[in-house]
Amino acid sequence: MDFNLSKKHLLMQELFRQFAEKEVKPLAAETDEKEAFPYSTVEKLGKYGMLGIPWSADSLSYIMCVEEMSKVCATTGVIVSAHTSLCAAPISDWGTQEQKDRYLPNLTSGKWLGALGLTEAGAGTDAAGQQTKAVLDGDNYILNGTKIFITNADAAHVYIIIAMTDKSQGTRGLSAFIVEKDMPGFSIGKKEEKMGIRGSLTCELIMENCIVPKANLLGKEGEGFKVAMKTLDGGRIGIAAQALGIAQGAIDVTVDYVKERKQFGKRISQFQNTQFELADMQTTVDAARLLTYRAACLKDAGKKYTSEAAMAKLFASEAASDVARRCLQLFGGYGYIREYPIERMMRDAKITELYEGTSEVQKMVIAAGMKVN
Amino acid sequence: MKIIVCIKQVPDTNEVRLDPKTGTLIRDGVPSIINPDDMCGIEAALQLKDQYGCHVTAITMGPPQADVALREALAMGCDEAYLVSDRAFGGADTWATSSTLAAAIKKLGYDLIITGRQAIDGDTAQVGPQIAEHLGIPQVTYAQNIEKTEGNALIVQRQYEDRYQKIKITCPALITALSSLNSPRYMSVAGVVSAYDTKEVKLLTFEDLKDHVAEENIGLKGSPTKVKKSFPKQVKAQGVKHEVDEDEAVEIIVKKLKEHFVL
Repeated sequence: MDFNLSKKHLLMQELFRQFAEKEVKPLAAETDEKEAFPYSTVEKLGKYGMLGIPWSADSLSYIMCVEEMSKVCATTGVIVSAHTSLCAAPISDWGTQEQKDRYLPNLTSGKWLGALGLTEAGAGTDAAGQQTKAVLDGDNYILNGTKIFITNADAAHVYIIIAMTDKSQGTRGLSAFIVEKDMPGFSIGKKEEKMGIRGSLTCELIMENCIVPKANLLGKEGEGFKVAMKTLDGGRIGIAAQALGIAQGAIDVTVDYVKERKQFGKRISQFQNTQFELADMQTTVDAARLLTYRAACLKDAGKKYTSEAAMAKLFASEAASDVARRCLQLFGGYGYIREYPIERMMRDAKITELYEGTSEVQKMVIAAGMKVN
Repeated sequence: MKIIVCIKQVPDTNEVRLDPKTGTLIRDGVPSIINPDDMCGIEAALQLKDQYGCHVTAITMGPPQADVALREALAMGCDEAYLVSDRAFGGADTWATSSTLAAAIKKLGYDLIITGRQAIDGDTAQVGPQIAEHLGIPQVTYAQNIEKTEGNALIVQRQYEDRYQKIKITCPALITALSSLNSPRYMSVAGVVSAYDTKEVKLLTFEDLKDHVAEENIGLKGSPTKVKKSFPKQVKAQGVKHEVDEDEAVEIIVKKLKEHFVL
């Protein structure tokens, strides 16, 4: 057992750190404040190969990228994660050669951004309750329905859409489709205003008699639920990495702050309460990192990682919320003021306990893996 | 065109602290980086490669740990990397370093050599010019812009405090790069993978170079520099800037000179 990163992974981490520090961090406050999707950053991420990392390198490098971006800007972290895990990955895993040839080069180079349309108003945690329908009509499927809370929505060009092809079959009646933004009958609906990750575009996707070529069925008819569940397994490692980044980023800014801030004639880093709090938090974050890296390494080794990904996401996301809140406490009143990034980090952290399966869903997955039912 | 870029791994001086008692640098735990001016040298070479398809080789003289600096250069897009490393090279001053690097460069063959202006740990700015002297080739230091022109010629802008010179040189030649020359690119993900999986850092020892440099010109023995005293740079207060016409300027200067009893 080796807990050390290889020289290659250390250099990869150095690349992500340099990029995050110089390109992402300076825009983070404005991205949040103005709810401004960072288009220019996405273009640069594509240029340096950061939107297709599992295919040019490996999953461990990919999650290190999400972690480093999220340390300084959780919005940028989730853009990379949703694009890579929720759109490019299912095409790579389930796509035909023609589908891979058409979509993967454009997605991994960042020319096109990707998203996943699974959630509906009545089908969140209960993903089987899908109302969106797909009916075969000659050479096309006709899709009707509305997806909500879709990350990257308006900025994306390619969407994986889960829709019902045979209601009588329940989850086995679901199918997955690759839908492009300019296909007839496809439009973007309401943009949500959010508590955190405010720069990421979260919108409705509306399909009204949307015409999708038969060749864009991803996997076989009836495999949609399997595609979605396997996709979320991978996605959870990405969100675990995002949570891990937020938590570490919160500690990093707090360590800088407590070394500067003086009260009662001392730097507040000299108080044992500060030291114990930070020691406790860093231990939790390191544990989250080990869980997250383990899940990624299992994926890279081609082994089963469903439970491990759920554990990583459960632990890292709860750590992120807890750590960000406790770090803000160490800032005192200044932590509540937007001059410092800690209040943004606290707002950003919460979403990691909710999307790509709430913490409760992760526990369901872990318990199922333990065969406790 | 074959370009050789000389780089140096240096402690990140932003992270270096001085020992208040001895006045020496505390290097423990300080991260190592590629010298910033050398990064601009790499970028200049890679821009020429992007435009004209040049072959770019990065080279450094240093201990085995300098391997990571060369991997970074490979990950940015350099084609080849050489680590000049041997116990016999240890203790070298700028003269012995430039003798050794010139030998390695001669062995590898080149059209153009690019170095950084100076390294942030020593600030000598000597190694680049000395390499050109050892090789007997023309040099342009303090380059703020490089343009390729007809044949093997380059037009280089050499920066001064208040102006620049445009100098045309024909390769083989050496250029030293300023930080204002360009903004170095990042490594890329595919570049990092290839830096470890498909490319290699090749080692050059004294054994490899002995046909090109004499033993008495390398390492401690080949270093004529004798350090008399080292001390931390005294930070001076910023000067005062007056934006005034000539007459008023004369008045201010004369007044200041009188205040300091110069006049």
